[in-house]
Amino acid sequence: MATRSEILLPPAPPRPIVWLRQNLFSSPFNSLLTVLSLAFIIWILNAALRWVLLQADWSIVFNHPLLYAVGQYPREALWRVGINLTLLSLLIGASWGCLGRALRLFSLLYAAMLAVGILWPAQFETLTLTMRLALAANIGVMGLGYLAGRRPFVTGRRLVLSWLAALAIALVLLSGIPGAPLLPLVPTGLWGGLMVTLILAVGGIVLSFPFGVLLALGRRSSLPVVSIFSTIFIEIVRGVPLIGILFLASLILPLFFPPDVRFDRLLRALAGLTVFSAAYTAENVRGGLAAVPRGQEEAAMALGLNRYQVLTLIVLPQALRIVIPPIMGQFVSLFKDTTLVSGIAVLELLAVGRSVLGANPEYVDQQAEMLLFVAAVFWFFSYLMSYASQRLETALGVGER
Amino acid sequence: MLRKPLFVLISILILSMALAACSGAAPTAAGPTEEAAPPDTGATTTEAVGEAPGGEPEAQPPAASGQIVERVRSRGTLVCGSRTDLAGFGYLKDNRNVGFDVDLCRAVAAAVLGDPEAVEVVNLSAAERGPALQTGEVDILSRNTTWSTVRDAQWGNFTWIMFYDGQGFIVPADSGITSIEDMDGATICVTSGTTTELNLADAFRQRGLDFEPVTFEDTASVYGAYEEGRCDVATSDLSQLASVRSGFADPEAHVILDITISKEPLTPAVPSGDDVWFDIVKSVMFGLINAEEYGVTQANVEEMKNSDNVEVRRLLGTEGDWGQSDLGLDPDAMARVIAAVGNYGEIYDRYMGPNGDAFTLDRGLNRLWTEGGLIYAPPLR
Amino acid sequence: MTAEQPTYPPVSLRSQIPFWRDERVLRILAQVVSAILITGFVVWMVRNVIITAQQRGLSLGFRFLTQSAGFPIGESLIPYDPSMSFAYAFFVGVLNTLYVSSLGIIFATILGVFAGIARLSSNWLVSKLAQVYIEVHRNIPLLVLLYLWHSAVFLQLPRVQESIVWPGPVYLNQRGLYMTWPRLTETGQPFVIGFAAGLILAAVVWVLLSRLQTARGGNTHYVLISLVVLAVCTAAGWIISGGNPIALDVPELRGFNFRGGMHLSPEFAALLVGLVTYTSAFIADVVRAGIQAVPRGQVEAARALGLNYRQALSLVIMPQALRVIIPPLISQYLNLTKNSSLAAFIGFTELFFIGKTTINQAGRALQVILLVMAVYLVISLFTSLIMNLYNRRVQFVER
Repeated sequence: MATRSEILLPPAPPRPIVWLRQNLFSSPFNSLLTVLSLAFIIWILNAALRWVLLQADWSIVFNHPLLYAVGQYPREALWRVGINLTLLSLLIGASWGCLGRALRLFSLLYAAMLAVGILWPAQFETLTLTMRLALAANIGVMGLGYLAGRRPFVTGRRLVLSWLAALAIALVLLSGIPGAPLLPLVPTGLWGGLMVTLILAVGGIVLSFPFGVLLALGRRSSLPVVSIFSTIFIEIVRGVPLIGILFLASLILPLFFPPDVRFDRLLRALAGLTVFSAAYTAENVRGGLAAVPRGQEEAAMALGLNRYQVLTLIVLPQALRIVIPPIMGQFVSLFKDTTLVSGIAVLELLAVGRSVLGANPEYVDQQAEMLLFVAAVFWFFSYLMSYASQRLETALGVGER
Repeated sequence: MLRKPLFVLISILILSMALAACSGAAPTAAGPTEEAAPPDTGATTTEAVGEAPGGEPEAQPPAASGQIVERVRSRGTLVCGSRTDLAGFGYLKDNRNVGFDVDLCRAVAAAVLGDPEAVEVVNLSAAERGPALQTGEVDILSRNTTWSTVRDAQWGNFTWIMFYDGQGFIVPADSGITSIEDMDGATICVTSGTTTELNLADAFRQRGLDFEPVTFEDTASVYGAYEEGRCDVATSDLSQLASVRSGFADPEAHVILDITISKEPLTPAVPSGDDVWFDIVKSVMFGLINAEEYGVTQANVEEMKNSDNVEVRRLLGTEGDWGQSDLGLDPDAMARVIAAVGNYGEIYDRYMGPNGDAFTLDRGLNRLWTEGGLIYAPPLR
Repeated sequence: MTAEQPTYPPVSLRSQIPFWRDERVLRILAQVVSAILITGFVVWMVRNVIITAQQRGLSLGFRFLTQSAGFPIGESLIPYDPSMSFAYAFFVGVLNTLYVSSLGIIFATILGVFAGIARLSSNWLVSKLAQVYIEVHRNIPLLVLLYLWHSAVFLQLPRVQESIVWPGPVYLNQRGLYMTWPRLTETGQPFVIGFAAGLILAAVVWVLLSRLQTARGGNTHYVLISLVVLAVCTAAGWIISGGNPIALDVPELRGFNFRGGMHLSPEFAALLVGLVTYTSAFIADVVRAGIQAVPRGQVEAARALGLNYRQALSLVIMPQALRVIIPPLISQYLNLTKNSSLAAFIGFTELFFIGKTTINQAGRALQVILLVMAVYLVISLFTSLIMNLYNRRVQFVER
């Protein structure tokens, strides 16, 4: 038997006709399905495009970009939001530079989003030239961040720390410091729109993560008191709907604390979301902890590490790597769940849309346009985050040794 | 094998019993610094105190306090529970909170803090206004809230009726409905959790009529559904119907029927437990009404300080004492109030008068008592 | 020479470990400390609640449940009028929640399994369509979806006077769907009893005869015999009830609305359709993952044995896939039940909405919220229990 001396290439992709036959028309039943599906697609696309281009009036969406973006935030203090956006662009660029190809699509889509903002079809009084130029500058800032991120001094750990620091700075900038001349207090009742949605989602995940890990460790603990309490807490929080927890946080939290303590509304919503998310994170982390082979723990103890060192140096890093996909899923889920805070009078994106709808009689027939816009924004962000999480997994080597 | 968990359980039980015993004995001793004042209205106190689990009624310290006043002064802003979506009463104009109810809050802020802009308007939904007042989250609830006995017992103290309203119905002009009997079997949109809902059920039951209720939690959905045709009739306070009608795409296509099926006295409320605050807010309301009676307006308040009428001088603090020192207010508190928001009639006309910013609604029962209406306030002396 | 007995060190070595480093003591101490902290925190919070309640005159009891509710409820499975108590209104809400949840679970499962299998189809177009459906519904919030279905679809249907009419007659308009529905007449009770008895007897006969067939072989015709039993009992009920147990209720336009027949409001329809489409996307993903978790060798072996694709699916793949599918499926059911609480935003009177209305009318926010959450908790724990039982039964017994 002669051995081949040339390299065998993989079979060439089938010519279009062959592909069509294989995938769409391989059997009579399949052909029927194809025809039906094509008819369905044509019908839907026809109706949808006709509606979108001819009948829909998108003025409810186009005339109020600032409301959708920042709610009622005082317009003279918008420079603070601008600084936050610049920080965000810088960090996204730096993360792209540091992590490479994994975040490329994400960053490019972020730039595309900024471009949409620049080209927003509204009058220049609502979205001034200055704001548009600022958005354009942010694209440049992101590029700068990319270049900086490729340098060796930007490591993963420093990146994470700078993200957390940026979050803290953003919150301080937005709310202001009492007594500071440049940063007057802006009550959170005025915050609204996409800004609030992002703050709640990011804040919720960041805050719920340590609590979730603690709860998971507590549930696995061999001390019965801690274990029972953690289990009860997790099961109760997972067993009630999120809107119930938000309601509890909003109406009852003031009752649980001495009458002088006044709780900010946004804080209550954040507390409710954090508690809810912590319970789900705890379950995910528990799965991750169980997936770390027991041999790791035993080997570490045999090497003389005490319990605390075993946990922080050996078990948790491995568990958290395994757990990244479900945590990202939890983030997406939390991002979508922020719409529920409109029930406790926090004006996030959907609530802003509905209030614009209700306050202006000229938009009375435009519910569908507004809702589709909000749905599109959420879809865009959620899909982007799911995609980024998949790429992050491969970049961080989850599932590999 | 069971000894360890058993030991743990027993120690927990003993500890919690000890803690409960300690806390039950002296809540006021270890609790917040303000005295626990009994509910001011005196209604259903027996039910309230008796149902508190494990609490024997301790000897109640005298109701004085002023903790809300202190809180407001130290915070520097008045937290006003109102709304931002009802034209005329509480809405946004150029990103600024305005409206009849909001102006009442500004009046109180002008009196207590000296600055009518030192107001933080908290947008409350119908479901939250009760709990917000109960927990003291807002210092004053000015959100077109009907004064009822149940609410007075549970939510807080209602100050003084500032708007006499009634419940009415709005129907499409071409529906041909003119009376309640015509609405037999109709679908009626109403906001849930309001006195409107209860009155509607009572009115129809009394007349032996029947209807299909469609309830939503927020006002926008209710009237949105009505405008779409989901309901034949929408019902609410007449003032709210007028306000909402002005926001319809075609206001002329809808008519507010000339029926009133209930009394809806809209009254600002304050949390219970602070008599001084209660009296302050009431006095400000009295001042607004009396100002209109005496003819003091935003424009002439300065010159009226030297008026011949001794009552006007007393009102504006030029001489005499109408009680402002007992309440801890400056003598010219009322003058500041009138200068900031005007008198009652001016506030009304600003939003609902013939040149009103929101819509026009005849004052009707909201005229002064000297002109045949019900707006009447005790004298400031 | 006899070996010397080895001497052992004194037994009290353990007691030489100092008190503060003895692990048993430390564990007990840690638990006591954490118990103190936890109970202390809880007691402090409870005390604050009681103090604030006393200060503001809030009552903390549950006696208000017997007071008359006063508010109307739009849709109820059982007769309700505003003079009934708050407790009864809650019960109406619980029934509504269970009603919409059970219907939602059934339809979401059907749609989800269909979408999951379509996603794995060899037909590229069908697979892509399913993928688009799943991706769209997984990435938009449920609340937005509910609002879309409610205000952009169901409220845009024609007015009552211009209803769409389908044979039946079935009327579709912006106030809902009105269908002709069978209704039990006054003489109809024996029929219902006969039918119910027939069902039970037929089930018993089915189980017994099928077990007999499995044990002894042969053909006991258990399907046929159980159906005959059912038919006989139902016929007996029919005859006893005088031959007219069921009448058809036809909706008629009387005045403002249709009366009679079965009515599904747009709020209910929007909630059901929204929940079903949303949850079915997640169920489709679960089903897809389950089917893909079955090793490919199983499919190939089944085909090699001569089974066609449909037989391979139902006899080989699905039973194995079900083991992987059922636990996340049940948690999706739970999510659907909890998500039904969003009905408060679109006006369907289920438990949470009625709870909010009660808070407004009766003022006892804390008690009402605790009650509502307790109901949801009971439903979740019950479902978790069922899932754990199922898991224990089908768990792989590992070597």
